[in-house]
Amino acid sequence: MKDSLYHRAVSFANARLWQLVHVDILLLGSLLLLISGGLFVLYSASGQDVAMVERQIFRLAVGMMVCLALAQLPPKYMRRASPTLFILVTFLLVGVLLFGVGAKGAQRWLPLPGGLRFQPSEIMKIVMPMMIAWYFSDRQLPPTFKQILAVLALIVLPVLLVAKQPDLGTSILVAVAGIFVLFLAGLGWRYILGAAALAPVAGYVLWQFMREYQRQRVLTFLNPESDPLGTGWNIIQSKTAIGSGGLYGKGWLEGSQAQLDFLPESHTDFIIAVLAEEFGMLGCAVLILAYLLVIARGLYIAANAEDNYARLLAGSLTLTFFIYMFVNIGMVSGILPVVGVPLPLVSYGGTSIITIMATFGILMSIQTHKRAR
Amino acid sequence: MSRRHQNFRNYRQEQRLTQHRVIAAAILVLLMVIALMARLFYLQVIEHEIYQTKADDNRVMLSTLPPPRGLIYDRNGLVLADNRPIHSLTVIPERVEDLPKLKQTLSNIIPISDIEWQDFEDRRKEYRRPYQSLTLKSQLTDKEWAKIAVDLYKLDGVQVEAQLTRYYPYGEAFAHAIGYVGRITSADLERVDRLAYQGALFIGKTGVEGFYENTLFGEAGLSKAEVNARGRIMSELERQNPTPGKDLHLYLDARLQQYAYDLLGDYTGSVVAIDPTTGGILALVSKPGFDPNLFVRGISYDSYSELRESKKLPLFNRALRGGYPPASTIKPFMALAGLEYGFSSWTERYFAKGYYQINPDGRRYRDWKRTGHGWIDLERSIIESVDTYYYQLAHKMGITPMHNFLSRFGFGQSTLLDLHGESHGILPSSEWKKAKYKEPWYSGDSVNVGIGQGFMVATPIQIASATSALASRGRYFHPRMTNTVGDVPAKFESGPGDRDDIILKDQRNWEKIVEAMRKVITDPLGTGRRLRGGDYSIAGKTGTAQVFSLQEDQEYDAESLVKRLHDHALFIGFAPTEAPKISMFAIFEHGGSSSKPADLTKKLFDAYLYDDYPARYDYLKGNKNEG
Repeated sequence: MKDSLYHRAVSFANARLWQLVHVDILLLGSLLLLISGGLFVLYSASGQDVAMVERQIFRLAVGMMVCLALAQLPPKYMRRASPTLFILVTFLLVGVLLFGVGAKGAQRWLPLPGGLRFQPSEIMKIVMPMMIAWYFSDRQLPPTFKQILAVLALIVLPVLLVAKQPDLGTSILVAVAGIFVLFLAGLGWRYILGAAALAPVAGYVLWQFMREYQRQRVLTFLNPESDPLGTGWNIIQSKTAIGSGGLYGKGWLEGSQAQLDFLPESHTDFIIAVLAEEFGMLGCAVLILAYLLVIARGLYIAANAEDNYARLLAGSLTLTFFIYMFVNIGMVSGILPVVGVPLPLVSYGGTSIITIMATFGILMSIQTHKRAR
Repeated sequence: MSRRHQNFRNYRQEQRLTQHRVIAAAILVLLMVIALMARLFYLQVIEHEIYQTKADDNRVMLSTLPPPRGLIYDRNGLVLADNRPIHSLTVIPERVEDLPKLKQTLSNIIPISDIEWQDFEDRRKEYRRPYQSLTLKSQLTDKEWAKIAVDLYKLDGVQVEAQLTRYYPYGEAFAHAIGYVGRITSADLERVDRLAYQGALFIGKTGVEGFYENTLFGEAGLSKAEVNARGRIMSELERQNPTPGKDLHLYLDARLQQYAYDLLGDYTGSVVAIDPTTGGILALVSKPGFDPNLFVRGISYDSYSELRESKKLPLFNRALRGGYPPASTIKPFMALAGLEYGFSSWTERYFAKGYYQINPDGRRYRDWKRTGHGWIDLERSIIESVDTYYYQLAHKMGITPMHNFLSRFGFGQSTLLDLHGESHGILPSSEWKKAKYKEPWYSGDSVNVGIGQGFMVATPIQIASATSALASRGRYFHPRMTNTVGDVPAKFESGPGDRDDIILKDQRNWEKIVEAMRKVITDPLGTGRRLRGGDYSIAGKTGTAQVFSLQEDQEYDAESLVKRLHDHALFIGFAPTEAPKISMFAIFEHGGSSSKPADLTKKLFDAYLYDDYPARYDYLKGNKNEG
């Protein structure tokens, strides 16, 4: 009895402690599982480049700090700041088009003093759902037709600005983040089905606006063998890596596709192929399970959030995270066209780690700032 | 604004709505994850083997190591087909930034033809392993190699690779006997192991090179290496060294071959010399020849059309495929046939007028000697080559015994053991005529065949091997080019004993017929008396073939038409008569009198038997007997 009481007391104290420092221990645990697994794969994918892994760890650490910092910020402040942030980031996107720097014909970064630069489109992935959630926060759900139109208008401008950089992948993710809020807010099923019916038309319109290289990617996606040495090379090689991994994989650091450089971008967008080759289907299942844990916790937080704003934002952020993973694995395994989307928290590099970790900070904040009932 | 309605809002219901949506999203997430897992399952389990193979194809570079080709030697150890190192210009396209610019740069250094460039471009576009080099120009001349070498360091992705190529040092006299190697065509690849020939530059096409392709080629080695995506070899996994091709030692005597070729002079024609004790071919000449080295390099269209369109048909192997009437050279064989079947005897005498008639008022078959030869016997019919004797003999005999007897000597069949493309000639029979012309056999047909004309067509190699059988008194060896393969005697699927030796009812007839042929040379009236004088004895028989088939190529100008009507001059012979070491057939196309082949035969016999070659042939002596 004494023991049991003692234990209950300790676990109560611990729960309170996490509540106190605004950390969601389940979410954090799932994230750490995912991240540590990812680092193993990255070590192999980078050709055992310790320096690269260290840089990734540093980046993840910075992301974790951002996460924990944001977790301290009560959701109500976020809600209040949402419109301001939205306007600010939209202006920054305009700024990117005017003063942006970049590479390969794309302008995605704003230069900062000291040689640093950052990518406003990344921030838009968070600010967009914040804005729409804010919009619905004191309106009655489900949305009226007028409200739907208003929301779509809010979505269109930043999406176009990002698409103009051009960055098709990010602009789609920004749009998706906004549309998820709409969905969670109770967008009528008939609208959803109607939109699905209109998808071919949208596809045609999109095709008209696409650049040549983007069209080429779609064509290559439809028939990668048509250009085996050019644009089809990546997808052929990644499918080969995945398929040759089999059920159990060839073993860590033993994947010939990855280790002998047949797999392009093996440490960035195509890193899942390295995992699939070296750890097989089993490894993939474990990774996807880790993702599912994170996503499940995110959706749980969303479902149990205090108010509409928190629910919609948490849900949208979680689903966007899922879409990231789905699009990446889908493109690497050849069921989606190649759009430059990294595998979240596993792919090497970039701004996206910080924004994704920020996302989880917001989720933790939502979960830990609930008033006690 | 909206805050006024707050009191009317049903928060529970809104919460339920969003919670339901979260659940719907969760279900959607699950479905999509299942789809992803299904996709991975499809790739990793169902199609696993396909991709496993693809990954291995990527990782493991199989390359064949071409074996050095076996050399071909003559009987004295002279190399007739050699291997020489050559240099080819290869390009790794992935290492070249600007291909058109490279073409320009290279063109300024050495000539690059449009065809070479097009070939290169075509192969570049085929699916291949990246970073593998492609040949742009093969067989650089020494000068080209030197020029390229100077600039090589600044030409990224360009290499000069060394390989061995075939070289025929003695050119056209040997082209028809040795044959040549040429570029591998897709037709060639149908009949050989593609993998083995992957790194090979050429394949044996004709002659000994063609027949002994498998032996000469050897066995390709195999290198299994692990490579990365840029084609760099990370490690060699497995290596099987190539087995060099085996050397061939021919019976051919290079000096005899060259000498015979030269003795034909400006005539087209053929000389075949055989060692009757082995069947080994000592010389196999078809004139004119051509430079076989042209084919090794991949003959240019112009050179090829020139060879093809030449009226002298240099690409035509007369020794194997030339169809000639054997003419009077058939007479010793006919005489033996008559004796064998009892249609003639050594003692019976015959009055030879200037012509022969089947019926008293019928067509007159003329003798070459208009006045006739008077009373003669069988021996004299050979010495003086009496046509009328053979007219009546053939008439009496009819075609069937002639056909049966002559076929024992190999007429009308292929005889060669180790060369492809020999023609069968025609040894006519009544069945043959019925099948070919749908007509019965007439006595007149027999009469013509009696002197080796009419329907009868034989190839030089056939007549030479029949002569060889005669020389060895019925011992029959199929003629053959190759003595030993490597150090081992050549083995043939069909060989001596495959065709029976020719046993006569009265074996003494061999000596008697040889004696008659010896007298062709020694008798004052003998048609071969030009060959007299020498301290060994020669047996021979002259022949003059009427030219009556002009069908094949009719376009001739007046001047050559005159020559065209000249008879072919033929001679068969062997020496020394007691134990022949060499038997010979020679034909000068449109040579007129048979003195030309007779002279040639004498010279070749002197040369072969007494090493009596003009000094200019010393370079073909070989080194078997030296050091």
